[in-house]
Amino acid sequence: MTKKTSDVSRRSFVKGSAAATAAGIAAPSIFVPHATAAGAFRNDPGSSKTVTLGFNVPQSGPYADEGADELRAFRLAVKHLNGEGDGGMMQTMQPMNLKGNGILGKKVEYVTGDTQTKSDAARASAKRMIEKDGVIMFSGGSSSGVAIAVQSLAQEMGTVFMAGLTHSNDTTGKDRRRYGFRHFFNAHMSGAALAPVLEAEYGRDRQVYHLTADYTWGWSQEQSITEATAGSGWQTVNAVKTPVGAGDFSQYITPILNSGADVLVLNHYGKDMVNSLTQAIQFGLRDKQVNGKDFQIVVPLFSRLMAQGAGENIKGILGSTAWNWKLQDEGSKAFVKAFGQEYGFPPSQAAHTCYVQTLLYADACERAGTFNPEQVIRALEDHTFDGMGNGETLYRGEDHQCFKDVLVVRGNQNPSSQFDLLEVQDVVPRAKVEYSADLYPGELGPYKV
Amino acid sequence: MNTVATKKKDNLMVLIFAAVVLSMPVWLQPFGAAYPDLMQKFVIFGLFAVGFNILFGQTGYLSFGHAAFIGVGSYATVWVFKLYTMNIVPAILFGVLVSGVFALVIGFICLRRTGIYFSILTLALAQMSYNLAYSVLTPITNGETGLQLSLDDPRAWDAAQVQGEGIPATNFFGMEMSAWDGLFGFYVCAAVLILGFYISVRITRSSFGSMLRGIKTNQQRMTYTGLNTRPYALSAFVISGMYAGLAGSLMAAVDPLAGAERMQWTASGEVVLMTILGGVGTLIGPVLGAAVIKYFENIFSAINTSVLADFYSFLPDGLIDIFVGVSALFVGKGWHLTLGLMFMLVVIFLPGGIMEGIDRIKNRFAKKPQQD
Repeated sequence: MTKKTSDVSRRSFVKGSAAATAAGIAAPSIFVPHATAAGAFRNDPGSSKTVTLGFNVPQSGPYADEGADELRAFRLAVKHLNGEGDGGMMQTMQPMNLKGNGILGKKVEYVTGDTQTKSDAARASAKRMIEKDGVIMFSGGSSSGVAIAVQSLAQEMGTVFMAGLTHSNDTTGKDRRRYGFRHFFNAHMSGAALAPVLEAEYGRDRQVYHLTADYTWGWSQEQSITEATAGSGWQTVNAVKTPVGAGDFSQYITPILNSGADVLVLNHYGKDMVNSLTQAIQFGLRDKQVNGKDFQIVVPLFSRLMAQGAGENIKGILGSTAWNWKLQDEGSKAFVKAFGQEYGFPPSQAAHTCYVQTLLYADACERAGTFNPEQVIRALEDHTFDGMGNGETLYRGEDHQCFKDVLVVRGNQNPSSQFDLLEVQDVVPRAKVEYSADLYPGELGPYKV
Repeated sequence: MNTVATKKKDNLMVLIFAAVVLSMPVWLQPFGAAYPDLMQKFVIFGLFAVGFNILFGQTGYLSFGHAAFIGVGSYATVWVFKLYTMNIVPAILFGVLVSGVFALVIGFICLRRTGIYFSILTLALAQMSYNLAYSVLTPITNGETGLQLSLDDPRAWDAAQVQGEGIPATNFFGMEMSAWDGLFGFYVCAAVLILGFYISVRITRSSFGSMLRGIKTNQQRMTYTGLNTRPYALSAFVISGMYAGLAGSLMAAVDPLAGAERMQWTASGEVVLMTILGGVGTLIGPVLGAAVIKYFENIFSAINTSVLADFYSFLPDGLIDIFVGVSALFVGKGWHLTLGLMFMLVVIFLPGGIMEGIDRIKNRFAKKPQQD
């Protein structure tokens, strides 16, 4: 086989490529950190002067508005952690161990990513942050499906995930994870807070029609509202699942007109809710009388961003929310002031929860005295804090769910400004929305992965 | 490769290809792409594109629904993980088998038509599958939330082994896919890609491959010679469906989760873009195209204004804002725009894709001395 001269060059080429192959196989040893060493953990900042956080939010899709506001809050939190600006909630947080010099003396840097409100894209983006950018913690959200998907990734990778806006019971219920934490409230709390108000406002024995976003959050909210209002004799006539990002809901709304229902519950969020509510009102649902009662629309999970999108249609509609910028406690005022100075308008509940989550993580690192997730997780579990907008709050250790006051809000009839769209009807105290950790059974998994 | 293909040359090409793929962790370092997740994507989508090319490049049938097979492969694989074992080998075999059967059914229906009608049929059937997975078949697919593993899955074949805390990891006969900091998963996928590439080379060079190119060139004439082309086209369709299913299975093997969005028509369109960008009908082109698109999706989309400001920091202050403002349109959220522009340029100036560009450069340097 070695007759022609050209063969020599080819053989040497083959040799060369074989060598390259060998180098490729040998390469892993270069990249493998001392994963087996005791006390070692992924992305240990070690002696580096900076530490990186990852902010993974929807920048496109039906929840993009929430994502944009979350990102603003994250930037503000990083600023405050690094000692720039007026410090926001760092003035009011109790207990408070942050020093305004970053986290554990390391300056905080951050990377961002787009979840596209899709599990695959969100996981790819989170993996990039963990594997390439070396983040020590990542946060973000706006869809419970995504939050659950990246939370299980967090457990696999051993990187803490501080969930942003996610409202499904499953996030800290059956899909809870040791490395995932949720400050936001959930569907169960919405139901518990709303049910008494709904009975007082709209009476007993109502016929309810549910339009439900077809994923974990929608399912869980529909279930929680149904269960919470069953005591008032509210019955479900029909529950229809709608795809996320449907845009046009008219085909789902027409059948409601003749269904015999007198209450419509919209288990929608973001642009979906803006569209379905607007169309429901255009179809004249709210002017109808059914079963001798005025037809009512309820939006169990409300946010100011959605109210802005829905405009006039939101007036008088009841719902629940985690936080509102008009709250008068010191923590909320400090946050609204800092956010307003930075961006010129008040923050949304999504911004609030993301800001608080970032500070809570940083504070836990300071208390643990290390970035080692094992110790940080233990510092967060069963931690009680105050001065962050919702009164005294507990991070329950059994399921990593925060327990705090919940707001029942109503679309403002006479808004005084373009941001003054929701009026707080009732602040439901924490004790009324608490539930046992095994109501939605799940398994957190190990501390060390 | 305009010259006569020989077995030796092919083997050499496969060897070089293998070397390039396996050394990715080294040479991708300067591009900021040498992290396991992205390299796995390069390899998996490369495999998808290689398979797609057998149908589109060789046979000339443009399928707009190939992502459906990725989804079917993923779901089948995750179900094996849930019910039987976390070993990837049986799971992947099952995933490929199921997607093959699925491709047989879809192909049998769609191949009754050619050209644009075939494309529309595949698009419609794939979109139907997507909607089934998204809402109708929720018990099997878990809808929009996506099919995930959970602690109380039966995992019948693994039950005998002592389980640690938490959900066990996917493994290759005990070797976890996340071993070596995720690089083991990459090497498994890379090995499958190289094997898949070799098979596609063998198919292209076989008489079966000539038959497929005959269908592409002039199906009517082939029919006039008394030959029934449909079995050949159907075989090509099933083979490429199985490649897609294999890609879907690998996705689930490195990241045990299956979501309906994998089956959406945009995902089907993406593989068409990959193949055209790289070079239709060439062997290596589709893999290149896949890598370029995945690189843009993951790296360009992550560049934000603060990164740009750093990049332009050598400029005077006033200029920085202008440069950052203009560049920001093309990165981050705007990565689609950059990709679109690049795709247009390639299609207009290099209709043969990146491979044509490479050939032109090669000819410029190689041919000159001979012509003298």
